[in-house]
Amino acid sequence: MSELTASQRLDIIRHKGRPTVNDYIPMLFDRFMEMHGDRLFGDDGAIMGGIAYFKGTPVTVIAQVKGRDLAENQRCNFGMPHPEGYRKALRLAKQAEKFHRPVICLVDTAGAFCGVDAEKRGQGEAIARNLMEFMTLKTPIISVVLGEGGSGGALALAVCDELAMLENALYSVISPRGFASILWKDAAREREACDLMKITAPDLYKLGVCDYIIPEAPGGAHNDPQATANNISSYISKALERKLKKGLDELINERYNKFRIVGEFEESTTI
Amino acid sequence: MLEDLFSMVKVRFNADQTEDNRKKTDIPKGLLFKCPRCRSVTLSDEFNKRGKVCPNCNYHSRLSAKERLDITVDRGTFREFDRNMVSKNPIGFPDYEQKQIALREKTGLKDAVVTGRAKIYSKDTVIIVMDSNFMMASMGSVVGEKITRAFEYATRNKLPVIAFTASGGARMQEGIVSLMQMAKTSGAVARHSQAGQLYIAVMTDPTTGGVTASFASLGDIIIAEPKVLIGFAGRRVIEGTIKQKLPDDFQSAEFMLENGFVDMIVDRNRMKRVLSHILRMHNYTGEVQSK
Repeated sequence: MSELTASQRLDIIRHKGRPTVNDYIPMLFDRFMEMHGDRLFGDDGAIMGGIAYFKGTPVTVIAQVKGRDLAENQRCNFGMPHPEGYRKALRLAKQAEKFHRPVICLVDTAGAFCGVDAEKRGQGEAIARNLMEFMTLKTPIISVVLGEGGSGGALALAVCDELAMLENALYSVISPRGFASILWKDAAREREACDLMKITAPDLYKLGVCDYIIPEAPGGAHNDPQATANNISSYISKALERKLKKGLDELINERYNKFRIVGEFEESTTI
Repeated sequence: MLEDLFSMVKVRFNADQTEDNRKKTDIPKGLLFKCPRCRSVTLSDEFNKRGKVCPNCNYHSRLSAKERLDITVDRGTFREFDRNMVSKNPIGFPDYEQKQIALREKTGLKDAVVTGRAKIYSKDTVIIVMDSNFMMASMGSVVGEKITRAFEYATRNKLPVIAFTASGGARMQEGIVSLMQMAKTSGAVARHSQAGQLYIAVMTDPTTGGVTASFASLGDIIIAEPKVLIGFAGRRVIEGTIKQKLPDDFQSAEFMLENGFVDMIVDRNRMKRVLSHILRMHNYTGEVQSK
């Protein structure tokens, strides 16, 4: 696997030919049927959800949509979901639980949208609710970060039994841009921030957040989307095999503990 | 009209600058309180006498964890959990250790949250109080772990949890590890909730970012103090996105109430009584709850 810096990987995931879920879904699944709406407010183009077959097994797919051109980007708000997107994701996840379908989440967002309407409709509550409900959802959840995993907006689809990242994907607490603007009051220093933040797949593997790294085509997924899709597909097969043989209690306990153990602190008895 | 709106916001944003001017005019620091909501100026004595509430607009200013506990729990009943837990430096962030050492010295806190068990009008509860004096109560490993343990303790001991939230959000100095604390704390809330126990979130100034997007928004009952800041994204970030200035009351407790994300707004001087009524209504008798 390549030894690139975070900022070099940033260039790769921003390549305009970088495959999006619109490319991957037909390559990964059969007979994908999209389902719309959160039943509360509306339908969010930044999160696509539906049911499909994965190698013959019915699954629920929940995916963050980035646009490949301006028209697509207008529909999907450049991949930044509103609360109704997260609520649609939750509705479909609960439906998956009811019908005993595994959930496959494809994460690719700079972050949850920051805007007036998003605040009015409770962006914070929508994300929080997903974290809580996904944590106890009684069906396997596999999440794959395809490109950008931006903050709480990504985490809302990444409370899962296994988290995998594409080799060049990044996953961070705040966008490198946001980090630079808070730390140095200069958003233009995002590349520098990027390299400081420990956000690459190998970094997150070491930190115990990412469970598997999925190789991309040499030079990046855009060089061979089909080969990259094949790698994602074989990862999902194995992950489902691992998770489907577990009992639900075991599965949910392990999911709780996967997040429970993250944190680095010490307890001094001398203070 | 629109211009009025802009000038209002401008004044709000110039608050820092005015503070500088004040220093220049040699008024001793700490003698006056300038309200960040209505910008009126009050003598600190008057402001403190009112429990750090702005006498002009009723904005409920920030309290330290100690001040909060003093006015909330029965005297002498607080037993602190995990008081010596300190954070490591998971992503090797430059100067993070030094910054924390300095803050521990300055605030007397080990990190940004105090957790424990106490009584409120004789009723047992687990209590979580965040303290914005420590790195704006951002949530890193220690905040996440202590809150998770507090919920787990409450689940095991069949106790309610009352959490006074205040936070700038996830602690970016701890990178992805801080993001995971959102999932971890929400998971602990889920288990406490599934065990049928009561969780009351009290949102205080400021409740934002990753804390709003995790355990703070998951209370069975969500209370807010008047006029406090509650939101997900930072105001400046939103203004940058929409290229417009936002109204003054945007992301206030009242805004959240109007939009349906807060059950009620409660004045500080009534808070203890309201919490006690809610505990009583949920049959927490002061002893371990009978099945």
